[in-house]
Amino acid sequence: MQEQQEQQQEKDGFEPNIVGLLCHWCTYTAADLAGTTRTQYPPNIRPIQTMCSGMVDPVYVLWALLGGADGVLIGGCHPADCHYVSGNYKARRKIAVLKSIFNTLGLDDDRIWLCWISAAEGQLFANTVAKFTETLKKKGPNPMKEYWTT
Amino acid sequence: MVKNAVLEVQNGNVIQTLNNLWRQLLEKGLVDALLIPQELPSGGNVVQTLVSRVDSLTTPNPLAPVMPVNSARLVSQMTKVTPSPRKVGVVLRPCELRALIELVKLKQASLENLVLIGIDCFGTYSVNDYKKLAENGSSPSDAFIKAVKEGKEDPSLRQVCQMCEYPTPMNADIAIGLIGIDLDKSLLIQASTPEGERILEALELKESSEADVTKRDEAVSKLVEQRTKKRDEVLQQTQQETSGIDNLMKVLASCINCHNCRDVCPLCFCKECFFDSPTFEMEAEKYLGWAEKKGTIRMPTHNLLFHLTRMSHMVTSCVGCGMCSEACPNDIPVANIFRLVGLNTQKLFDYVPGRSLDEPIPVSTFQERELLKVPEKL
Repeated sequence: MQEQQEQQQEKDGFEPNIVGLLCHWCTYTAADLAGTTRTQYPPNIRPIQTMCSGMVDPVYVLWALLGGADGVLIGGCHPADCHYVSGNYKARRKIAVLKSIFNTLGLDDDRIWLCWISAAEGQLFANTVAKFTETLKKKGPNPMKEYWTT
Repeated sequence: MVKNAVLEVQNGNVIQTLNNLWRQLLEKGLVDALLIPQELPSGGNVVQTLVSRVDSLTTPNPLAPVMPVNSARLVSQMTKVTPSPRKVGVVLRPCELRALIELVKLKQASLENLVLIGIDCFGTYSVNDYKKLAENGSSPSDAFIKAVKEGKEDPSLRQVCQMCEYPTPMNADIAIGLIGIDLDKSLLIQASTPEGERILEALELKESSEADVTKRDEAVSKLVEQRTKKRDEVLQQTQQETSGIDNLMKVLASCINCHNCRDVCPLCFCKECFFDSPTFEMEAEKYLGWAEKKGTIRMPTHNLLFHLTRMSHMVTSCVGCGMCSEACPNDIPVANIFRLVGLNTQKLFDYVPGRSLDEPIPVSTFQERELLKVPEKL
């Protein structure tokens, strides 16, 4: 019982690390917009700018999750809005495959979020980060990152 | 045009009968060369050979129950740079054909001037098991064909073969049918392309009866059913053994990062794999930094990362040939894990690797309205 409480307290104080792989043309710009408009959101995300969500190789996500991240947020343009025509659709397929692998192997695919956030949606970016942070806090630390044998 | 032909078996010897067929292909100039498995003079193994002269066709035996490499790799090697202007007949197992179709779609092989000859497959032994069988003196192929005739399946065949639900060739010009056929009497030779029909015509083979074709189809469905059942049993076990990070690391405990599974995989075609790239040439401080963060890190590093990355790159094209498990020095059931994950990911796109040249590789294409539940909604 006491142990459970301790675990709960640990979870309560836990600040998740989120790696953001954000498209230069939309979500990264949305993050900028959130900043310039002084929109408040949790400081748990570490944004990395990519040229397109379609260039996010699954290995980026895996490396982050095995290397210390509790969640990975991939941000791309809304369907039909991709600067490179179809990068976001391809990202959706790649992330779908990755999530399916996670599901099959009993790993937590809900630590990988793919979100469509346009350059105008600073508020949506802030809300997304807040929601993801909250979700990860409930989940607790990512068990994969704790392993030294991976 | 003849589409379904009969090849009469001489003296009850299937291998010899097929031998004549290969000879005729070369003699009649229907192909200029053959890529075909032949028994090594030393015995103990049957390997793919490229033969251009009839008199060099000494011990062809594509029915031998052993597959040292997935020959799709060889066809890729031969055709990727510039396909030959000459006609080459390639004799392949169903899983090799399927891998080849995937490689063509990945632009790693060309079917130009190839005649694809596929053969029904009853399964194979691992190279080591085959060697041991051969050392016992009698021909493993004869014993194998005898068992097939009696309708028996040796439980020591490779597990991936026992659970392979694609025992018949897809997309071959000529398919040699053995399943459900009375192998003492005849074989079924089917042409499924104009090229195949042209060859059957030139070989002057007799048209087969409708009944033979139906008999084979029925036997194939029965075999597929049996193997699918086996597949589901095995993969359920695999799922239990690998589910969750704890179990996954237990299974990968004996992995030594040799990357053999990647090297023999017909679909892992990248010339420079990410895991051989300068990304992994890191300064000592990098390792020490990780060690500091986690307390300890396993060396060599990036064990699970390698397997999951390889999986995310090629699992939608995995044909389940099982070469990876064969190449693993420490008996990690890589093939079972890939088959398990493969089935689930391929289902997402209703994709069967090697089924059709017209179906693009799932991760190279998209549809506008699909996978609508994948992106998060707030």
